[in-house]
Amino acid sequence: MKSLGSIRRSFAPWNDPNAKPYIRFENVTKRFGEFTAVNDLTLTIFEREFFALLGASGCGKSTLLRMLAGFEEPTSGRILLDGQDLRGIPPYRRPVNMMFQSYALFPHMTVEKNIAFGLKQEGMPAADIARRVAEMLKLVKLEQFAKRKPHQLSGGQRQRVALARSVAKRPKVLLLDEPLGALDKKLREETQFELMDLQQELGLTFVVVTHDQEEAMTMADRIAIMDKGQVMQVATPAEVYEAPTSRFVAGFVGNINMFEGKVADRQANTVRITGPSGAEITVENAGDAAAGADVAFAIRPEKIRVSSKRPADAVNALQGEVYDIAYLGDMTVYHVRLGDGQIVRASSLNAQRVTEDPLTWSDSAWVSFRPDAGVVLTR
Amino acid sequence: MTDAAMSTTAVKAGGPVNAVLNRLVIIVPYLWLLFFFLVPFLIVFKISLSQTAIAMPPYTPSFDLSEGIGGLLSGLKELSFDNYVWLTQDPLYFNAYVSSVVIAAVSTLLTLLVGYPIAYGMARAPTTIRPTLLMLVILPFWTSFLIRVYAWIGILKPEGLLNQVLLATGIISEPLIILNTYTAIFIGIVYSYLPFMVLPLYSALEKMDYSLIEAAEDLGCPPIMAFWKITFPLSIPGVVAGCLLVFIPAVGEFVIPDLLGGSQTLMIGKTLWNEFFANRDWPVSSAVAVILLLILIVPIVFFQQAQAKAQEQGR
Repeated sequence: MKSLGSIRRSFAPWNDPNAKPYIRFENVTKRFGEFTAVNDLTLTIFEREFFALLGASGCGKSTLLRMLAGFEEPTSGRILLDGQDLRGIPPYRRPVNMMFQSYALFPHMTVEKNIAFGLKQEGMPAADIARRVAEMLKLVKLEQFAKRKPHQLSGGQRQRVALARSVAKRPKVLLLDEPLGALDKKLREETQFELMDLQQELGLTFVVVTHDQEEAMTMADRIAIMDKGQVMQVATPAEVYEAPTSRFVAGFVGNINMFEGKVADRQANTVRITGPSGAEITVENAGDAAAGADVAFAIRPEKIRVSSKRPADAVNALQGEVYDIAYLGDMTVYHVRLGDGQIVRASSLNAQRVTEDPLTWSDSAWVSFRPDAGVVLTR
Repeated sequence: MTDAAMSTTAVKAGGPVNAVLNRLVIIVPYLWLLFFFLVPFLIVFKISLSQTAIAMPPYTPSFDLSEGIGGLLSGLKELSFDNYVWLTQDPLYFNAYVSSVVIAAVSTLLTLLVGYPIAYGMARAPTTIRPTLLMLVILPFWTSFLIRVYAWIGILKPEGLLNQVLLATGIISEPLIILNTYTAIFIGIVYSYLPFMVLPLYSALEKMDYSLIEAAEDLGCPPIMAFWKITFPLSIPGVVAGCLLVFIPAVGEFVIPDLLGGSQTLMIGKTLWNEFFANRDWPVSSAVAVILLLILIVPIVFFQQAQAKAQEQGR
């Protein structure tokens, strides 16, 4: 069985037409005065899903999260959680908890008291609170820090206290606003996997807001890519990367080469695209691009082969000149300038220590790729 | 750890010249305190141990430096604690102290009750209008304190502004007697010292991260509970600072009880004034002042300890 990307997922309720939506945004719009933060957005999130909202700052992803938490009410549209309309329900009565970007730990309370705070509000008996707090401290490996105040902890420890506090009440949904934003790179990578394990262990639905695509790709089951208050694409990380549906998504996630052109002709699922300079590209599985349409052909650098001669079996090959080379150890990145001036970025994995066909600056070179290596974008 | 190490090297890098300069800079405030606080205090303390006399200055002994050490020593022998004993014998002084402390404490509490909502409103106001609100709080300082207190006489007197308005609107049929009562003193103190309460409260509330309130609500805490569990505890350094800034000057207040409180009200500031100017009894009034200072030093020490503790907590 062929699949996009390298992972076969067993958890995929979004492909099941009978799966019940858990969180549903229906035509949600949020305006702040003149500014429209979220624009007629519809989105479905399933139970136990690790869902990421990815976008640049100001794209409306945090507003969406704050509406789910109850700090903002939608201007129009509705939000359903487990079938219940959330309109008018204040934050303190919603079965969701949020982990704040700033962590928002109560500075005058110990770690223990911070974690117990939500449980006390619920009126849980003291003995049960103590048990749950101990359990949470164990979960985030902070047992010996129970009596410390937040300012006596490191950034990573504070992050874990915030996490423990937000999951202590066993919310139906955990909202995480840039949960790893304040951590350094190494700690961030470790914590990504910890968060995934935690989500599995507790069986909760996670909705995480992030601007870091790598973070979203690593952790999420599905990613919603947002721009100007709208969802551009909702898909698994592999689909977002390998099958973007728009120029925006293609350009937003990872590196990509885009060739603008027109569809010259179409036969079944295969199209031929001609660029302004006359270059031709043949693409299989070209989606819905009709003949004559203005399209972009998008292809990832690692799917392009660079060679000094035109490969004999290549369907698509374009000639150019090596403009720049970056040797990164695990791979080499070539920038090849085509006849029309476009720079093509190609990366090749250095799987061998010795290269048969070495290239240098200003060499004449061919970039080639298979007809199924890229996607045709109409939007 | 690295921060501490870095700051140590930074101090070392300053060199010996800088170290001497640093010392000199520290000496300046000590010299100021020595000449303008400690020396005057010692003079007052010495007068409080003297006896009243019909002389110029009106007490004995007055040290005559021309007689040398001998004169100084014979002068010292004449000093006694009689005036302090006298303060314990006449209940007037005890009552005045107690009444002053009670009035100051009640006024401080009232100022807190009035000032907290003002400071809270300012801290939650849009950032663009906060400087204006701050300005409005400070604005009364641009008029003389004495004139502002005097103006309250015009408002509070039986035929004053307040009574005229209340009578005209038919809320009351007889003028209220407020002037020359304790109520007038409370009004005067609350009005005069409100900025001293509002400013430290505002600075404590303003720097508080609003996401803490959101976090509390998110965890199931209704807004009013969130205020008592999060906002108020975090504003306590401001509450303590504001209360002491009001309480300390209010205990020794003279102008407000004199102008608004009339002759019936009893406060130590007025008692001191009477001893000094009406009775010309410098030694007894000095003793009154020394005891007042002791009463005030207790809250100041308390304040400093609270501040040190707050700094230790890092917030």
